[in-house]
Amino acid sequence: MIDYKMTLTDEQKEILEGKKGETLKKIMETVVLFGDIFDAKRLVPVTHLEGHLVTSFGIPLLHPLFDTMKELNDQNIKAKGGFTMDPRPLDYQNVKCNFLEKIVFNKILYGKQKDYEEQLLKAGLTDKDSFSCTCYLKECGNRPKKGDILSWAESSAVVFANSVLGARCNRNSGMLDLFGSILGLVPEFGLLLDENRKASWVIEVKTSKIPEAQILGSAIGLKVMEDVPYIKGLDKFLGTEINDETESYLKDMGAASASNGAVGLFHVENLTPEAKEQGEKLIKEGAKTYVIDDAELERVYKSYPNMWKVKDADPELCLIGCPHLSLYQLKKWHDDIISSLRANNKKKVNCRVVLTSAPKVVNEFKKHYEDMYNELYRVGVTISSICPLMYTNNPLVHSKAIMTNSNKLRTYSMARYFKDEEILRLITK
Amino acid sequence: MSESKVFKGRVIAKGNFKGEAVVSHEGFNTLASFQKSALLNKKNVIVSDQNNKDLYGKDITNKILCLPITIGSTTGGLVIQTVCNMKINPRVFLFSMPIDSLAASGIVLAKVWQNSDVICVDNLGEEFLNTVKTGDTLEVKEDGTVTIL
Repeated sequence: MIDYKMTLTDEQKEILEGKKGETLKKIMETVVLFGDIFDAKRLVPVTHLEGHLVTSFGIPLLHPLFDTMKELNDQNIKAKGGFTMDPRPLDYQNVKCNFLEKIVFNKILYGKQKDYEEQLLKAGLTDKDSFSCTCYLKECGNRPKKGDILSWAESSAVVFANSVLGARCNRNSGMLDLFGSILGLVPEFGLLLDENRKASWVIEVKTSKIPEAQILGSAIGLKVMEDVPYIKGLDKFLGTEINDETESYLKDMGAASASNGAVGLFHVENLTPEAKEQGEKLIKEGAKTYVIDDAELERVYKSYPNMWKVKDADPELCLIGCPHLSLYQLKKWHDDIISSLRANNKKKVNCRVVLTSAPKVVNEFKKHYEDMYNELYRVGVTISSICPLMYTNNPLVHSKAIMTNSNKLRTYSMARYFKDEEILRLITK
Repeated sequence: MSESKVFKGRVIAKGNFKGEAVVSHEGFNTLASFQKSALLNKKNVIVSDQNNKDLYGKDITNKILCLPITIGSTTGGLVIQTVCNMKINPRVFLFSMPIDSLAASGIVLAKVWQNSDVICVDNLGEEFLNTVKTGDTLEVKEDGTVTIL
């Protein structure tokens, strides 16, 4: 048996000794050794058992992943409460690809996708519509409650669950998310502990209007990196109650802070659950202050590089929805695009526009807002549940002039960032 | 001849090795760096992260990778496990900072599931990264001692 430091129960020791089989032994070894590195004292039960996994793409280079999944499937080892997944990398119906792109996607980049999805279903994937980075939205159903312990990965989902829902989860890597879900146990360290949920930064928002969520999150992430920020002055714009609109805002702000920095938890004064309960008691002594005003937001925005090969090219594709759009945002983009086209006396958008959203959110949108859905398609806007990041992770796509309002997508691809109002102007002028 | 410099860190995966240093002063983007060589099934990793000014285009297989932390996609752990499985990994990872959770999971996955002989030491300090240079010969001991020869 391995040497380990943390305290384990008799049942946990039995698994580590191999009494429940070799595969579970290796899973337990991995989780225990990982926890020991971060001085976890013990393993604690996952209280919201439905997991969320980040590795949704069957990229052939990850062969140990497929071998491990096969081992799990062969022994019928499953996640205790099932799991949802990040979005699929491909959707040829709604995000068209040319012949060459399809060859690269099907044969090289995502050649194992079909086999991998079959492995996932056997290991506990909730259902075939469970592919979205926004598993926590009401329509998607994998929504923890305050105080729940999670075994999730996907940085944008983790920061949302911690901050907006008040759940507890570390920024896990792929595979560790699944192992925690199988054991129903995670090492207790980091954001699972009260002392690490206190803020070492105070962010003072002093802008003249509501800041663009994606730029505010980026500014915060770039400044605080992995620390916890306590944000003041945002409740003036967002109010003091979480609703569909504020959830959408905080989703985008959090994703930007997690990808431009490594934020796993933020507090918004008078709004997010722990800030409402504890107020300034959440701020650590000696916390640093970062003031964000109009000039600072503009400075951060202007710092984003333009990675397009032809710097002033006409955009070929516009990707909106990384992280996936909420139902509120789908409706808002519909209203904004249609009214702007009408104002400009135009019938179609200027380039291909793809709105990305979770399959279950898209189904709701189709069911309850069919006219809006059809109208978007008529003007040249398609709706997909693809992962824009995975789609753009292709050398053939690198040369395309892609625009986005996502700071996460900007960070991991060659796509160029524009503010919402600029995107609207560029696609409808 | 210059004097040897000795640093002491925390052992994450123990082992003894003497070899050539390759140094990244900025966060090492695991997926971006390893992706191309692993996808094309190469026998050596040539760093493919264009944003890494120190290591872009350099061969890091069987070398001693010196870095602050890893950054990038949360698949990072799986990617480390993968290159260890292919045996094209840097033989040693030396972190100047406390290891990040993605790299930590990668090292643990490689040890437990691939029985890899990868070596890893963290917390070597900022001075280590400021001192070590690509091409230096390093000696890593199983107690976490690193000597720049």
